[in-house]
Amino acid sequence: MPKLIASMRHAVSLTLNGRKVEGQAEPRMLLSDFLRHQLGATGTHVGCEHGVCGACTVLIDGLPARSCLALAVQSDGADVKTIEGLSPDGGHTLGVLQEAFREHHGLQCGFCTPGILMSLDGFLRAQPDASERELKEMLSGHLCRCTGYATIIKAALHAQQRLKEERAYA
Amino acid sequence: MKPAPFDYLRAESREDVLAQLHEHGDQARIIAGGQSLVPMLSMRLAKPALLVDVMHVESLSKIEATDAGIRVGAGVRQARLLDWATRDPRLPLLAKALPWVGHAQTRNRGTVVGSVAHADPSAEQPLCLLTLGGTLQLRHRKKARSIPASEFFVGMMATARGDTELIESVTFPAAQPGTGYAFREVGRRHGDFAIVACAAVATHTGVRLGVGGVADIPNVRELPLPGASDFDDALNQYAWDLEARDDLHATARYRRELVRRLGRETIEEALRCRN
Ligand SMILES: Cc1cc2nc3c(=O)[nH]c(=O)nc-3n(C[C@@H](O)[C@H](O)[C@H](O)COP(=O)(O)OP(=O)(O)OC[C@H]3O[C@@H](n4cnc5c(N)ncnc54)[C@H](O)[C@@H]3O)c2cc1C
Ligand code: FES
Ligand code: FES
Repeated sequence: MPKLIASMRHAVSLTLNGRKVEGQAEPRMLLSDFLRHQLGATGTHVGCEHGVCGACTVLIDGLPARSCLALAVQSDGADVKTIEGLSPDGGHTLGVLQEAFREHHGLQCGFCTPGILMSLDGFLRAQPDASERELKEMLSGHLCRCTGYATIIKAALHAQQRLKEERAYA
Repeated sequence: MKPAPFDYLRAESREDVLAQLHEHGDQARIIAGGQSLVPMLSMRLAKPALLVDVMHVESLSKIEATDAGIRVGAGVRQARLLDWATRDPRLPLLAKALPWVGHAQTRNRGTVVGSVAHADPSAEQPLCLLTLGGTLQLRHRKKARSIPASEFFVGMMATARGDTELIESVTFPAAQPGTGYAFREVGRRHGDFAIVACAAVATHTGVRLGVGGVADIPNVRELPLPGASDFDDALNQYAWDLEARDDLHATARYRRELVRRLGRETIEEALRCRN
């Protein structure tokens, strides 16, 4: 890849929720802004924009990461999964994690929720048998101003159980 | 909060990186995991003209065992070393310390070398490298050098790295027989930077205690064994010598007390872990 010039926009292509997509970005554009403004994936929320709140969490190559701490140009060629990819049919029905959060009131205003769900999606895939303590430790990477976390943890534990059952039947 | 404009180059080889650093000097900045640099760019605390991305250079992405210990390349992310350390008995201190480095979400991106390069006084990885007596491998276009961690950290986020140098890797000495290792930390919340972090290495004749979060740079001192009559005095003296200051997170007095209590606990755990 040649040097990308600061004042110009460059083609950036990545796989977003399983589909190849392309947009334009100056080198300084954050991945979070690229997802929202270039690719129209506005489900990824932006809170603090310096890595602390976790609202912007997405999966980059399968692993939960802050999209506000990655540059769009760094992510050229990457596989990115956002909240839009969690629903099994593109938004008509809810995925297991989303359903568990709805059932257990794991959200109020919902601003932090997409990031938390993406962290859980990556985490529960990698560690399906994680203990409650490990789950809480992972969730410490997220701030929620509304819920007090108890319902989030309840929802997460419930989703973990459901995902285990699904795998047992599969 | 958006970064000021900069050029970006995805380096494909070590030579690419070195040529760019040589040409642009302190106007160029290496970007590894970006977990400290991108916030600094967004807050415009850093305004480099060029970012050189080292994460796609294959030769920098290795973890290798050498005579000096476990050598970790510039492209190795923290999550990967944590995974390695939990399986390799030669890195017990890192297996204990790495879970304290930020969150799983930041460890998936942040690198080990990036944290050492950034040299935050409360960061865990520089503290471990120093306490274990590790080394850094630096390289610029014409020559390479290796320096001990004790010469690398020179002030608050200031290091002995030259503007045109790449930190190629850091080497953590492997665990020695008859030696125990422990790590403890107190922070406001798991994943927050440490108010005080302690790393201890204990043998049958003495202990080494490293302390982060108190002075401008991580610090390490040899102490007698806790049973010895002068142990309490030595630990107390160490706590004072670190010259703790009051800040938003804790008072100097609280930090000194933490060095004494957490320091003792960490040492005792290291003694119990001696193999
Ligand atoms: C929410 C949050 C919490 C965190 N908590 C902690 C914590 O508890 N403890 C902790 O230690 N850290 C913490 N961090 C910071 C840690 O995650 C960073 O990963 C680390 O400090 C920097 O590593 P990086 O690979 O991301 O480096 P980058 O951010 O890419 O770079 C950091 C600096 O190092 C330089 N650099 C990087 N690689 C090299 C190289 N090979 N040669 C020369 N210079 C280089 C860069 O130019 C830059 O100046 C936290 C970060 C966040 C966002
Ligand atoms: S917006 Fe990215 S962590 Fe807060
Ligand atoms: S539900 Fe409102 S911030 Fe979490």
